[in-house]
Amino acid sequence: MELLLALAIGILAGCGVWLLLASRTFAILLGLALLGHAVNLLILAGGRIGAKAPPLALPGAAGLADPLPQALVLTAIVIGFGMSAFLVALALKGMGEGGSDAVDLPDAPPGREEEP
Amino acid sequence: MTHLPFLPFLLPFAAAGLLLLLEGRGLALARGLSLAAVLAGLLGAVALTAAVSGGEILVYRLGNWPAPFGIVFVADRLAALMVLLLFALALPALLAALRGLDARGPHFHALFQLQLAGIAGAFLTGDLFNLFVCFEILLIASYALLLHGGGLEQTRGGLAYVVLNLAGSALFLAGLGLLYGTMGTLTLADLAFELPVVPPADVPLVRVALMTIALVFLLKAALLPMAFWLPHAYAAAGAPVAALFAILTKVGVVALLRLSVIAFPDAPAGASLLWPWLPVLALATVALGTVSALAARRLAAVAASLVLVSSGTLLFAVADGGEAATAAALVYLPHSTLVTAGLFLLSGAVAAARGAPGDGLVRGPAMAGALPLGLAFAVLALAASGMPPLSGFLAKLMLLQGAGSGGWQVAWWTALLVSGLVTALVLARTASLLFWEPREAAAAAPPGPAVPPALLMLVLASPALALAASPVAGHAGAAAQQLHARIPYMVAVMGMGPDVPRERRP
Repeated sequence: MELLLALAIGILAGCGVWLLLASRTFAILLGLALLGHAVNLLILAGGRIGAKAPPLALPGAAGLADPLPQALVLTAIVIGFGMSAFLVALALKGMGEGGSDAVDLPDAPPGREEEP
Repeated sequence: MTHLPFLPFLLPFAAAGLLLLLEGRGLALARGLSLAAVLAGLLGAVALTAAVSGGEILVYRLGNWPAPFGIVFVADRLAALMVLLLFALALPALLAALRGLDARGPHFHALFQLQLAGIAGAFLTGDLFNLFVCFEILLIASYALLLHGGGLEQTRGGLAYVVLNLAGSALFLAGLGLLYGTMGTLTLADLAFELPVVPPADVPLVRVALMTIALVFLLKAALLPMAFWLPHAYAAAGAPVAALFAILTKVGVVALLRLSVIAFPDAPAGASLLWPWLPVLALATVALGTVSALAARRLAAVAASLVLVSSGTLLFAVADGGEAATAAALVYLPHSTLVTAGLFLLSGAVAAARGAPGDGLVRGPAMAGALPLGLAFAVLALAASGMPPLSGFLAKLMLLQGAGSGGWQVAWWTALLVSGLVTALVLARTASLLFWEPREAAAAAPPGPAVPPALLMLVLASPALALAASPVAGHAGAAAQQLHARIPYMVAVMGMGPDVPRERRP
């Protein structure tokens, strides 16, 4: 199980970074989403893996699942979702204005910075 | 229990919510509310600074949960000083935005207040996860402010800035996950108690976690390999927004300073974590900023390059780690923030007065109000390049004496003095191009005073800091001393040491 989780985190993060290095916003969006998933799994793993410990302190229960990583992951997911939505809107704006979804949008029309 | 430490976060946050509710009730109402919130925040910041000036550390426990479980806001001298600087900067930035930028798109004031809430929270929080949340609040507000009322140039600068910071957020979360997995706590004071007793087997993992978090702070502070986003993004923002952004890099600097001073000492996991690569990269950042100022083709880009110089200088002082270096950095920090913010506002005023060439460094028509604007520029340039008698000189003198001991002294003095000289050259060339050479008739003057009151406030900040040099240096020294004492901070947050029963999980 540990190996599986570690591999999943590693593969997700690797694919995320690979996509992040692309020069088009669509690939970058996907890359950031994958990276976010990897990080969320990593935080969850910080609370240790296991399905036996109860989430509440019951009398007689041996262990207790750590509730904090779950709370942290919930916060991280919400924030990541909002940020992704913003990035999608921004990417669409860049595509509408610049005409392509390249990250290095073509230069603004010459004028202000040019020597007369 | 006093609510004062929570006020600088709560006030702008509540104002932002109110502004969103009242959207559509007219710009005048939004402006009044926003201005009132900033003024109230400034008063609160002054009260907070006065309350902690005696050396008390005010701890605000949200929901009255004890420290390692709940979220704490901690106001010591450093946090209060930074919050005061934030609101002292927010007032002129907001006044400048009232001259038209805020009418160019919806929600400007709500975003501005959210930005203030995020920055104030980042300075005050005593918990690393809450720091992450505050970073996200300030970042999402800064994305929207950067793009506010802009076109392709803003989108272009914004896209790289947003993607880079989202990647930084992922890195921050990864560091927090690793740190919680090994340490079982994210409260800074608790970490400071726990780090020296980490089992040796866990030390490498804890080092990776701390380094990841430090890297994120350095990304926000724009250290060299991660600094190339800054000139584009800041020069693309509207002048008042860029002026407020002058404090954004300082959030990363202060967060790193606090983490390294409070948590790293005595801990095998923190030993020489930032040494010796951070001072090298900090000096390289100073060099990059200096070269970037030489290459800049707009006044706003010159100011953005000076933000880089200021970041590199501050990070070198943080890497030095001594109390004298911290004290000098805390004198330099308000000075450089206010002066670069002033240069951003000046670039906006120059662009408005020149018309078509904007603030580009090209020969253009003579400006209306060239004399007052030129005088304002002269004051800011003297302060930025560290000439006597203004605050830049005093701050640099303290930095030269306080930081860079041993073998670093030659490199440190050279970097600081050469960057000051080149800055002076760049600004002299800029002044010559903008104010001296134009001979044609002046363009029509824009309405309003030549030097807007917001700009005047920032221009007068440096002479004021120089006049108040003794109290300012005294307060900075006291803040540095309190920070480096560590134990009062840890005890104030945690009580007499954490008696929390801990379960070490395999």
